[in-house]
Amino acid sequence: MSEKLYLDEPEIELEEVYCRPTEALYDVPFHYCPGCGHSVVHRLLMEVVEELGIQEETIGVAPVGCSVFAYHYMNVDMQEAAHGRASAVATGIKRVLPDKYVFSYQGDGDLAAIGTAETIHTVNRGENILMVFINNGIYGMTGGQMAPTTLPGQVTSTSPYGRDVSLVGSPLKMTELVANLPGAYYVTRQSVHNPNAVRKLKKALTKSFQYQKLKKGTCFVEVVSNCPSGWKMTPVESIKYIEEHMFPYYPVGDIKVPKE
Amino acid sequence: MEKEIRNDEPRLMKGNDALAEAAIRANIDAYFGYPITPQSEVIEYLTREVPNRKEKNIVVLQAESEVASINMMYGAAGAGARVMTSSSSPGISLMQEGLSYIAAAQLPCLVVNVVRGGPGLGTIQPSQGDYFQATKGGGHGDYRLIVLAPNSVQEMADFVFEGFKLAEKYRNPAMILSDGALGQMMEKVYLPEDNSLPKNIPDWATRGKPKGGKQRVITSLHIQPEKMEQINHELLAKYELLQSEVRFEEVSTEDAEVLLVAFGLSSRICQKVVDLGREKGIKIGLLRPITLYPFPSKRLNELADQVALMMSVEMNAGQMVEDVKLAVNGKVPVFFKGRMGGMIPTPEEILQSLEDHFENIKVVG
Repeated sequence: MSEKLYLDEPEIELEEVYCRPTEALYDVPFHYCPGCGHSVVHRLLMEVVEELGIQEETIGVAPVGCSVFAYHYMNVDMQEAAHGRASAVATGIKRVLPDKYVFSYQGDGDLAAIGTAETIHTVNRGENILMVFINNGIYGMTGGQMAPTTLPGQVTSTSPYGRDVSLVGSPLKMTELVANLPGAYYVTRQSVHNPNAVRKLKKALTKSFQYQKLKKGTCFVEVVSNCPSGWKMTPVESIKYIEEHMFPYYPVGDIKVPKE
Repeated sequence: MEKEIRNDEPRLMKGNDALAEAAIRANIDAYFGYPITPQSEVIEYLTREVPNRKEKNIVVLQAESEVASINMMYGAAGAGARVMTSSSSPGISLMQEGLSYIAAAQLPCLVVNVVRGGPGLGTIQPSQGDYFQATKGGGHGDYRLIVLAPNSVQEMADFVFEGFKLAEKYRNPAMILSDGALGQMMEKVYLPEDNSLPKNIPDWATRGKPKGGKQRVITSLHIQPEKMEQINHELLAKYELLQSEVRFEEVSTEDAEVLLVAFGLSSRICQKVVDLGREKGIKIGLLRPITLYPFPSKRLNELADQVALMMSVEMNAGQMVEDVKLAVNGKVPVFFKGRMGGMIPTPEEILQSLEDHFENIKVVG
């Protein structure tokens, strides 16, 4: 024990309440912009993998987008998929390794635009995988272009006067859409905008990995996230934007839960 | 239930069915595909037969598109499985992005292209119009497929085994470049022996990292140009090694004065041309590339010292003829005879064309 600061300091055994994942998450700085939600979700995923003791049984699929290098942070076997195809790649892995834990990780452009067919059919087949869907309403890596989930009126580099829904359609609520498919087992929308939300997201991810063992269908977890750089905001402003603008369109909560 | 067929008993089978049966006998772990004429019998055969052979534990999945099939193949091949897909020309075009990733990530697998006439939606009749796409890479970036060109139902079956052997030896995607006629026609075939293709789980496969061991990553992304160039050099070195696997067949070349060069179905027709020509006293030989990549350039160059001319016979607008010209490097005149759009040349029209060119050369010469 360290020496006492005060003479009357009582002897207290401190309980360890948090420890970053030591094995499943590499001890390296994230390359993400300050305030970005990706790093939090990466850490949570690997926290869950480590806590469940499934690091050696897990195979992840990285997307194209800002999180293309997810395997530089997540210390599990991983495959890097083409843009939009992560759930097809995950299907291929899971079908030949049905007893392993398989997850895909994609952004909104990847999962809800170019990969729409793969997303819908993967869930419709009820592939026993976890699909993580990061929705920040923008193409971050290519420099802030309009995404399928960009809000009406939202300014991006390809909707410079705000998203005109009469021209390009409305933001796609992919999570509600896949929840309608019989192959979906657990579908939820969570966020990472404050500590409470982070705790709830962790629970959702934990459940999703546990459900995989049951082989009853796809677990689909949307994470409403932010992109301070793409949104041209400070991290604090971006969190306010999530609360004031994203949540009314993308309400947080479970959309489909298993019948107990 | 059919009675079990012994390997030494020939069967009368469609090319597509023989290929599918060979895939089962090669113990594929998975097949992902999407229906398209004229190759749909492959997925039909597998969805029908595989449930009767449960002990083999083969995954057969009809995907939502060829884009999905090829990416499912990427995932399964990356997990160390023996995987096959099949399609026909337009579907193979859709797979090109995925094939580029698979070649870059160096994943062994087998793609079957039962070629139909194009471009565009084209026709469902046989063609060899995908030669360029198959042998020059096909998708984006510098890469090659190992390309095998069968010319019989027997080889439709045999080349499944050969394709996997080469793919797994070189960690490279292999393609069987067939055509609508070979896929649809029935011939006598001796099926390859069941369970005769050994299988190893490679240590690079993503199957859950070993305890205390290093993470395995299947990727084609190397953002630093220095690293990417080094990867390109590694691929080139592999393709150089591949040259030793070149395969070809020669018919009556010993005393040949003129040489036909043809692959696949065209080479079957050219066998007849050789006979017809020799009956008329023209000493025709035939070189048939069996591997289209690697290409038998060296042997063609040697034969250029012997023959007065070469003629490439193809069911396209003239694709392999460019490789023949590169191989002989101006040593002899190289001509082309082709039919397109699903048309198949007759032996007589090929012979006529060859005679015309031979006559002209004699006059000029």
